[in-house]
Amino acid sequence: MLKHLWTSLKMLLILTVLTGVVYPLTVTAIAQLLFANKANGSPIISNGKLIGSELIGQQFDDPKYFWGRPSAISPTYNASASSGSNLGPTNKALIVAIKSRVATLQAADPDQHSPVPAELVTASASGLDPHISPEAANYQIPRIARLRAIPEAELVGLVERSAQGRLLGIWGQPRVNVLKLNLALDELRSSRTNPRGSGSAGVIDSH
Amino acid sequence: MGADLRESEFSPSDKKWGTHEFHLFDRRYHHVRCVDLFDLHSVKRGTDVMIDMAWIQFSLYLAALIGLAKPLGVYMAQVYEGNIPHPMRWLSGLEKAIYQLTGQGKSEEMSWKNYALAMLTFNTAGFLFLYFLQRLQGILPLNPQGLPAVSPDSAFNTAISFVTNTDWQGYGGESTMSYLTQMVGLAVQNFVSAATGMAVLIALIRGFARKKMETVGNFWVDLLRSILYILLPLAVIWSVVLVSQGVPQTFDRSMTAIVVQPASTRVFSEAGPTKDAQGQIRAEQTIAVGPVASQIAIKQLGSNGGGYYNVNSAHPFENPTPLSNFFEVLAILLIPAAFCCTFGVMVKDRRQGWALLTVMSIIFAVFLVIGYSFESRPNPLIAQLGVDQPIGNMEGKETRFGVGESVFWATATTAASNGSVNAMHDSFMPLGGLVPLVMMLFGEVIFGGVGSGLYGMIAFVIVAVFVAGLMVGRTPEYLGKKIESFEMKMALVALLVTPFFVLSLTALALMTSAGKAGIFNSGMHGFTEVLYVFSSAANNNGSAFAGLAANNFFYNVTLGLAMFFGRYWIAIAMLAMAGSLARKQKIPASAGTLVTHTPLFIGWLIATIVLIVVLNYLPVLALGPVIEQLMLNQGMMF
Repeated sequence: MLKHLWTSLKMLLILTVLTGVVYPLTVTAIAQLLFANKANGSPIISNGKLIGSELIGQQFDDPKYFWGRPSAISPTYNASASSGSNLGPTNKALIVAIKSRVATLQAADPDQHSPVPAELVTASASGLDPHISPEAANYQIPRIARLRAIPEAELVGLVERSAQGRLLGIWGQPRVNVLKLNLALDELRSSRTNPRGSGSAGVIDSH
Repeated sequence: MGADLRESEFSPSDKKWGTHEFHLFDRRYHHVRCVDLFDLHSVKRGTDVMIDMAWIQFSLYLAALIGLAKPLGVYMAQVYEGNIPHPMRWLSGLEKAIYQLTGQGKSEEMSWKNYALAMLTFNTAGFLFLYFLQRLQGILPLNPQGLPAVSPDSAFNTAISFVTNTDWQGYGGESTMSYLTQMVGLAVQNFVSAATGMAVLIALIRGFARKKMETVGNFWVDLLRSILYILLPLAVIWSVVLVSQGVPQTFDRSMTAIVVQPASTRVFSEAGPTKDAQGQIRAEQTIAVGPVASQIAIKQLGSNGGGYYNVNSAHPFENPTPLSNFFEVLAILLIPAAFCCTFGVMVKDRRQGWALLTVMSIIFAVFLVIGYSFESRPNPLIAQLGVDQPIGNMEGKETRFGVGESVFWATATTAASNGSVNAMHDSFMPLGGLVPLVMMLFGEVIFGGVGSGLYGMIAFVIVAVFVAGLMVGRTPEYLGKKIESFEMKMALVALLVTPFFVLSLTALALMTSAGKAGIFNSGMHGFTEVLYVFSSAANNNGSAFAGLAANNFFYNVTLGLAMFFGRYWIAIAMLAMAGSLARKQKIPASAGTLVTHTPLFIGWLIATIVLIVVLNYLPVLALGPVIEQLMLNQGMMF
């Protein structure tokens, strides 16, 4: 028994050094050498300032922007405390939340009569989902085109260019990165001579 | 509700959702759905219409798994038998050095009792170390966020959880554990708890392979070889693949970004809004990073499942792309599947290993199909609000994975005792959520944990062989060993301990206000949350219906006990069985010997497993997810 105890302590110490120190440091060295940008969280830098990570969604609730998945974190898209809603499929609170999100989307664009794509009204698992489906982006085009005075066709092209297909045609879902799409959208605006902030009217609470 | 929406603008095919009645196994429903898909989406989705890509994904996952099981399984058998394959021999110097440092002779064989004692002593040391590391993290280095000490009950729960390979997490990783705790505490236990399970399995396999011997191997040798030659090399490969997909691996502190949408209604940091050069209000987003990839790799490979972030592999940093998802979900089942082949090689009859792998794959595939068929349907309560759900229930799922890859993960992670998630199981449809629950209630033997899955499966095999023996009136045998009353007792101890803890603790929680206080969703779903958490803990899975508030004294203690007994009671029973089997003579096969690799036996084993699970759990399953599904079909909410 005592012998096992002594061996246990020595073994634990050695394995802690091996798997708790040598292993993560080796992986960090390889990672920083081969994929430094990704290993550091895929940051997006604009004009010398960090404006986000390619992989982490941000809150968009201004009607001039494409909106992403509803986030169940409080405050929304808080990337230091991820969480899903955990609402069950028969929970009244879920149905009430979705009903209010549908109403918000329709209030932002009363002329849009298509069914609402599920991703725009259901909370993501992480609360940080950076993507929506191309259908969910297309659904928002008329609103953004109107508020930004950009022809719809141009936005359709933008969504098409930003969309990612399945890996090898098999894995994953077709999707659009909302943050990158909105950055491209702002580029589109600044490359035109549109006055700034033309549609900054009401910011609508998506909850 | 929603009548105002329903009557207005939606296309005729959508109206069906509002008025159609749903039934549990409704063929009309399927018919309607196919027509509906075709009408609605043939234009939008193009080629996706005719084939559901999920079926192709599922088939390829399983093909990759079974394809890799053989080479890895043979390699592992060589490692445990001491013939380290050539490419890995350079590590044997390190192995020898560690034996010298710990004063262990490599050849020193142990009786089963000695083996069990070594395992328990080692795990106790790990438990104490992890407990005090969490309690002291506030004054220890590598804590750039300045996180305080973990509370005593949470530290107790977490220490048991990681030492038993459960990796249930009552806390949110990024906001609770310092880099030091994650690295030298949690990540180390990810390796050693996995290796403990692997060692116990190897001892049991030796029980079958040996004859007239008093010993079952050396715990330290089996432990060290599992880590050095199997877990570490795979973890390094997986880490690098994950980083290449965008999983962070850094020791820098969190990043603070100025978000893109100006004048947001929300403020992302407690410090409040900041203003840029033009005086415009901008919100900040604090993005937690860290040495993530190295921990994710081993938590997937070692059937641990304890994530770096609160939402585990649903977090875009833990699982950023479909490729990272493929590797992570493959890693969940890889070693458990390969162990079937290792077993076949070590008992010198590979067909026995394939038979067990076939049993696991069949049960897995059946439940995968059931889960997907329920989860890929729209939630009727949501559909009647005018929401288009072409791929099914998306609440609590990530866009990049959709429904198919979320259901595959959920089934794999609960079949194996992994417990990591890439979607929120609490938000699954009632019978979609039943699948991960049932996979755990199988006792984590459908692939199961690394090592623990196969030794649990062997307990079922013993029972199946015994019952078959009773039917034909012969002394039951398995792999040339007589199965006698001692083996049966140990097998039953292993099979009955988890139902005992699952059912009695669920009952206790539902009868006490402390237990009921944690429930988040009301109605049947709340009952399922409690049943799920004890199933997860007692079977050392660690996944959650995460709505349940379980980081409190009642759940930290009861779950801690469930994890402790669920792990060691079974492990010790299996080691005792190993000792008893190793002493026995091998009986040559005769015409009357029950053949244990044929389709007949495979079917019989499946029937035995299903029967035992049904007898134990059918009433509670009926009270939880089944009633909830029936209520949902009636349009009821809670």
